[in-house]
Amino acid sequence: MTWSIIDTWIVIIGALCAAGCSIPGTVLVLRRMSLMGDAISHTVLPGIAIAFLLTGSRDPMAMLIGAVVVGLLTAFLVQVIQSLGNVEAGASMGIVFTVLFAFGLVLMRQAVDHVDIDPDCVLYGSIELAWFDQDPDGFGIPRGAIVNGAMLLANLFVMFLFYKELKITSFDPAFAKSQGIHPSFMHYLLMTMTAATAVSAFETVGSILVVAMFIVPPATAYLLTNRYGMMFVLAISIAIASAAVGHVSAITIPTWFGFSGTSTAGAMAVAAGAFFILAWVGSPSQGIIAKQWQRNSVRLLVLREDILGVLWRLEERGKKTVVPTQLTEAIGAHSLLVHIALFGLQKTNAVEKTTMYWTLTKEGREKATKLVRMHRLWEVYLDEHYPQDVHQVHQAAERLEHVTTPEMQSKLGDAKKDPHGRRVPDDTLL
Amino acid sequence: MIVSHSISDASMALPSLEQIVRVFSLEDYNTRVVVLGVMALGTASGLIGTFLLLRKRALTADALSHATLPGIAAAFMVMVAFGSDGKALAGLLLGAFVFGCIGVLGILGIRKTTRLKDDAAIGIVLSVLFGLGLCLLRMATELPTGSAAGLSGFIFGKASSMVASDALIMAGVALGIVIVTIALHKEWTLLCFDEKFGAVQGCPTLLLDVVLMAMVAIVTVIALQSVGLVLAVAMLIIPAACARYWTTKIITMLMAAALIGCLSGWLGAVASALVPRMPTGPVIVLICGFWFIVSFVFGPNNGLFIRQLTRIRLQRRISLQHILRAMWEVCEDTQSSSFTIEDIVYVRSWSKRAVEKLLRRCAKQHVATREPNSMWRLTEKGSAEASRVVRNHRLWEVYLITYADIAPSHVDRDADMIEHVLGRNLVSQLEELLKATDIPKSPHAVGTST
Repeated sequence: MTWSIIDTWIVIIGALCAAGCSIPGTVLVLRRMSLMGDAISHTVLPGIAIAFLLTGSRDPMAMLIGAVVVGLLTAFLVQVIQSLGNVEAGASMGIVFTVLFAFGLVLMRQAVDHVDIDPDCVLYGSIELAWFDQDPDGFGIPRGAIVNGAMLLANLFVMFLFYKELKITSFDPAFAKSQGIHPSFMHYLLMTMTAATAVSAFETVGSILVVAMFIVPPATAYLLTNRYGMMFVLAISIAIASAAVGHVSAITIPTWFGFSGTSTAGAMAVAAGAFFILAWVGSPSQGIIAKQWQRNSVRLLVLREDILGVLWRLEERGKKTVVPTQLTEAIGAHSLLVHIALFGLQKTNAVEKTTMYWTLTKEGREKATKLVRMHRLWEVYLDEHYPQDVHQVHQAAERLEHVTTPEMQSKLGDAKKDPHGRRVPDDTLL
Repeated sequence: MIVSHSISDASMALPSLEQIVRVFSLEDYNTRVVVLGVMALGTASGLIGTFLLLRKRALTADALSHATLPGIAAAFMVMVAFGSDGKALAGLLLGAFVFGCIGVLGILGIRKTTRLKDDAAIGIVLSVLFGLGLCLLRMATELPTGSAAGLSGFIFGKASSMVASDALIMAGVALGIVIVTIALHKEWTLLCFDEKFGAVQGCPTLLLDVVLMAMVAIVTVIALQSVGLVLAVAMLIIPAACARYWTTKIITMLMAAALIGCLSGWLGAVASALVPRMPTGPVIVLICGFWFIVSFVFGPNNGLFIRQLTRIRLQRRISLQHILRAMWEVCEDTQSSSFTIEDIVYVRSWSKRAVEKLLRRCAKQHVATREPNSMWRLTEKGSAEASRVVRNHRLWEVYLITYADIAPSHVDRDADMIEHVLGRNLVSQLEELLKATDIPKSPHAVGTST
């Protein structure tokens, strides 16, 4: 890998652009309107084409205005078709942005002799060449960096001004209205931000990276935090990291397979996707692993308590010892899980193992007595308050015994026999 | 870089009559192929799009079509690795289909296992897979054998590259989709409108859903070559969305959507053959968009025009009933059968001009007549209608006072809104409840109440 000043600027421009996109993107994801970002970044194309055809030049201000106007028009048309035309939001978006995008493509084709922006460039941008596009008096800073940096600052400024308002209108529009904040003003402000960001970013990185940076880093941040402010910080950080990782992988990974390199904009989107997958799997609170871990630990807790219950009931019938296969049969859990649960119980001195037989210890018996008492009291309670077949109360009691708090227990009564006629053990006698 | 041409330079050359005849009579081989292909595509996408739209999955199809790009590039690279030139359409489409399915599974996975909603799931899959596609495409162009240059044609579509065998594949797929739709339309309809009821009835809803999404993937894949993957979703949604404005019956909607899709395909292909520098895909989508505007405005089912018309009609009926009640109550108050415009202005908050206008309408409908010396009088027909309205109004007022405990001075407005829509059944129930046979006396002062 050879690194040059060009690569440094590519990463800087990518990071500025990605960070700029992730600010409106965060609000879009929270409002469940992320696809509005997708739609608007497509309709930037007709905006630019119209601005070009009207002014006959590539004046960035004219293009910005053209794109923002068409972007707002997109948001407006989507709403009109949705509310007046009885079309659901997704379909209405799909209709508006495809038609406008097609219109943009036709305009570009018609003016193809005169326009040096071709539709392909719209999709991938030209971040690799961005360094060469410098103003003579730009102090060696590429134009792309200035444009995207300015947009990032503008977005940060708008966020600073309307932080609270955007937050309230995102989470509780009705309350916002009662506080004198106009939700539809905030909506169109956000749409303006989205369109302006999309147009300033698209020339350097292409519309696809814009869409990826609007949606993917904020969605990743959403899986990592529950705080509004933190979500912005995380989204911006992930966006910057995606830009850096994306470019480095674009110039390294393909070389392992004999290619010279690949599209940086595409690789940045893929890097953002990789960060998303990491969070999806490994987020401490929302990740698949964390969730599975929680589920398993609850399951093991229940299993341990079930084992104690089984051992206690066997003792009641005069059988003091048990082998794991008997437990597997009685509870219906996988034998591996049963062994793990037994191991856990042994650790807390609730059961002990002699050769291959397991028995309750004194502490284990105390715990088991409490559990069985709870179980049978629940059976009594259920039988009394929700009369049903006596055999069915067992199932319900089996679940409830694991989640009964002392307050609940004190209301369950003090019966001596359960509905099946068995003794309710009294743990205070131990 | 900066160009000085004005917009007038980009003007279109109008086709000559001879050209038009040539294109419409399908004399050229190329036109024939493209027209056949896109008409088949339009029909198939109209049918499948109808269910997609009703199932509210419009943008899932968008993600699906973007997700096909890495599939195309990967299939190309695999084929080149196995020594072919990587141009076999069937292979490319297979790759596209596989990645389309991966995209849909990704969306379902994100939606099921995280707290992100549909929109974010669609956006993530769409942009990340498309980015991956761009990376693979760039790498594919470096392969020594085979030419990957044609691959980017799938992004915006390149109908001119179609050959007869491609069009025949499209026609075959379309025929297959027509057959599947005919076979499954009942089950899919159930899936769209009442999934849970379907499941209770023993319908394999999951399987039907999978088959539907597979059909969407197939339509998307055959749309790639002509319309391109960015706009493929338009072919699915727009014809179906148009059809929705013309009918409420699913069979008619299916036929209308297929017809609109087919027609747009044909017109688009013809237009792009006639006018230079007209890309086929975008033109087809623009024509679909035109049909959408027409349907949105003029469609008899929920169209803008028809809705506005019904609203205006309702408003006219309501204002007529208002003036009738005003006339009747003035007559009741003054114990005479005729009144002046000023009498009405006095008891209502309407301007004199508004009252004059309303009275002219009453005269036209023969519910009131003008007498000499600028007096007005209700006709027999008008009197009957007016007494019915007044009766409804007062019955409701009495009902509100008796049963809803609302102060007599507050009931007028509520009754004002309900008097126009009280049905005969409700009126007879009110009569029974309030033991009223005649027009009750107004519970509040009539002259100053409004």
